[in-house]
Amino acid sequence: MFGQILFITMALVIVVTSIGVVAVRNPVRSALNLVANFFALAVLYLFLYAQFVAAVQIIVYAGAIMVLFLFTIMLLNLGSPSELSERGDLKRPVTWGLALLFVIVLAGGIFVRLGEAQPTADDLGTVQMVGKFLFTDWVYPFELTSILLLIAIVGAIVMAKRRL
Amino acid sequence: MDAVPISWYLILSAFMFAMGVTGVVIKRNPIVIFMCIELMLNAANLAFLAFARQQAQLGAQVAGQVYVILVMAVAAAEVAIGLGIIVAIYRLRDTINVDEMNLLKF
Repeated sequence: MFGQILFITMALVIVVTSIGVVAVRNPVRSALNLVANFFALAVLYLFLYAQFVAAVQIIVYAGAIMVLFLFTIMLLNLGSPSELSERGDLKRPVTWGLALLFVIVLAGGIFVRLGEAQPTADDLGTVQMVGKFLFTDWVYPFELTSILLLIAIVGAIVMAKRRL
Repeated sequence: MDAVPISWYLILSAFMFAMGVTGVVIKRNPIVIFMCIELMLNAANLAFLAFARQQAQLGAQVAGQVYVILVMAVAAAEVAIGLGIIVAIYRLRDTINVDEMNLLKF
């Protein structure tokens, strides 16, 4: 019972903040909505036995990535938010309608055939368990990720150079 | 601690994904478009974790969580590169309105 109330609370936070990311005009407010969204999502990750992933979610997403977003918004200093304001045209209501249709289609497909949650070990999402599998079964994808991050570092430095 | 069925998580994930798609289509500020892409990636992560819970073997359950960690690494790389591109475009053209970036449009 307590779990259901907590889930519904977090789900409401996620629904409101994900609408907020899209609906507000000021990009800083979009970013703050996204931070709240990530924190509520981390709580849901705890429900799914993913403790390590929940911690990484807060550190990497709510910490590093959102700081990068806010830093870029402040750095570009686009002046008043209305400068990039969205013009009122037919595209917006049509897109919201299509999004609603998309949710209905996806939610309908979910109910068709879906298994129940399986019993699991209590230490499923701990650092020990995830690390054991990350460095045995998944070691090649893990190492490839390091190459990807290296390429991203080099690319970011090239992009940030004064003369392209 | 199985408070709610798996399908609730998946409906929430579907809603987040739809909001992300909507934002990518209607927004004109590329920074907000990137935020909506993050929203979609997080919806996928939530679906990964929810589907991992209905696997029987321990290896498959942990695999869902390993996938989420790999997706997070890709998202971090993507944001660093993407925001770098936005800053570079702003330096070159003094605007980041996506409606005015039409050089690749035929």
